[in-house]
Amino acid sequence: MTHNRPLGRKDLLGIAELSRPEIVKILDTAETMWEIGERPVKKVPTLRGKTIINLFFEASTRTRFSFEVAQKRLSADSVNFAAKGSAVEKGETLVDTAKNLMAMAPDAIVMRHPNPGAPHALAEAIPAAIINAGDGAHEHPTQALLDAFTIRRHFGRLEGLKVLIVGDIAHSRVVRSNVHLLRKMGSEVVLCGPPTLMPVGIESLGCETSYKIDEVIPKCDVVMMLRVQTERGAGTAFPSVREYSRLFGLNRARVAKMKKGGIVMHPGPMNRGVEIASDVADGERSVILEQVTSGVAVRMAVLYLLLGGAGEE
Amino acid sequence: MPNDATASGSGSRSRSTRIMDDAKMERTIARLALEIVEQNKGTAGLVLIGIRNRGVPLAKRLAEKIAATNREKKSPPVGAVDITLYRDDLTSIFEAPMVRSSDIHFPIDGSVVVLVDDVLFTGRTIRAAIDTVMDYGRPKAIRLAVMIDRGHRELPIQADYVGKVVPTRISERVDVLLVESDGADEVVISEASAAPPPAPAAASPARKASRPDRKDESGKKKRKTSASKPGRKSR
Repeated sequence: MTHNRPLGRKDLLGIAELSRPEIVKILDTAETMWEIGERPVKKVPTLRGKTIINLFFEASTRTRFSFEVAQKRLSADSVNFAAKGSAVEKGETLVDTAKNLMAMAPDAIVMRHPNPGAPHALAEAIPAAIINAGDGAHEHPTQALLDAFTIRRHFGRLEGLKVLIVGDIAHSRVVRSNVHLLRKMGSEVVLCGPPTLMPVGIESLGCETSYKIDEVIPKCDVVMMLRVQTERGAGTAFPSVREYSRLFGLNRARVAKMKKGGIVMHPGPMNRGVEIASDVADGERSVILEQVTSGVAVRMAVLYLLLGGAGEE
Repeated sequence: MPNDATASGSGSRSRSTRIMDDAKMERTIARLALEIVEQNKGTAGLVLIGIRNRGVPLAKRLAEKIAATNREKKSPPVGAVDITLYRDDLTSIFEAPMVRSSDIHFPIDGSVVVLVDDVLFTGRTIRAAIDTVMDYGRPKAIRLAVMIDRGHRELPIQADYVGKVVPTRISERVDVLLVESDGADEVVISEASAAPPPAPAAASPARKASRPDRKDESGKKKRKTSASKPGRKSR
């Protein structure tokens, strides 16, 4: 089966397998999609008649709503599935669930799953386009794309920028996708966090590491804060939340050390007072809410590029 | 003009014939500008919106000519629409075409919108452009100005201002070339089947190698096998 879709692929499973031209194409298309969000009528008929299933096996607000808004703006029909209250609780396997959904002939499935690789398994099992909306600690490609889109809007480029990512590196799929994407686009990435939350050998992804935020923050154009994922056991990696906040939290004093014109990002959900101080989250360098708006544009671009053509007819 | 192609070509036309040169195009644009101003009784409430790609520079030129015609030297605002997201053939063309941005930075409620495009063909592009414009507001009227009307309409759409009516065979293609994008002003008519359409299977890698732009789009059209498929964008 050949897939001559604009992305040269049927699915969007991760950033690792995307080429630089593909990334540029998604970001450029997202610029156009952004403009639709500013029109009086925020809807285009492009994906009329396409059915998209949002298959979420894990909690999500931002990502799911963002995908839903993107689908509605492109006139696709979307159906939501939450694992709670579904046949999954009765012991149905992932592939069986998907095959049953496939019998309803969706054109795409947007999927979040706690197990890394789950969307890949599904992509091989069924013909619909699979969009990974986060698989365990592996990848979250649309988040990385929207982060890059937001950075590009602010700096006009990605090449040569230095991006600092701080926090729970070990449990973050956002980090993996972001490192892959930023490296491909010519940015430098510095990862920072407590040693207990920093996987051994993470440098092999092509980034610097540091355990001292104060040493690296003045060199960076972008500071991206991550949430401590206590639901994945990160709470035991340091003695106390207060200590974590003091050593790695982004507060006003640290923001003052940032480069001029630097921006503060957070993929959400934030824990105010833990990894980011409230006044920083709402401060003038924060682009956190803009990231959410970018998310809709980027997801519209991905949906269009995966579903816009007729595919292998 | 020496090589002015006569319309009712029953004989074989050479592979490409120039039917308008730069001087003629300039005179035609000037006439269209006058017609627009005359019918609109001035420039009040007038806006021009070019359809990407060639319609945009044409709209800008029309605006300049319109500015030259009126006493206040007032140029109407010029916008651009990209119709990709409104195409009716997204499910029949093989892969999603690149979208470019629409740019209408002025309110169009109550205004007279003149859509500008290079070639009026099936009318499907115009249908999509009308839908696009409607998403920006409620104009008092939408009119259509085109450089060439080549016939073969598939929708009940007619132009209000026409540079030149050129009856064509469906197998021919009409290209309005502009200094802004092509380095010269001329209108050329050619036999689309001059280059044999490659088989669909062989076409895909070639398409991937050289991407967007109008040139490629036209190639895609050819590859879409039958020229009478409703899919193609009017040219």
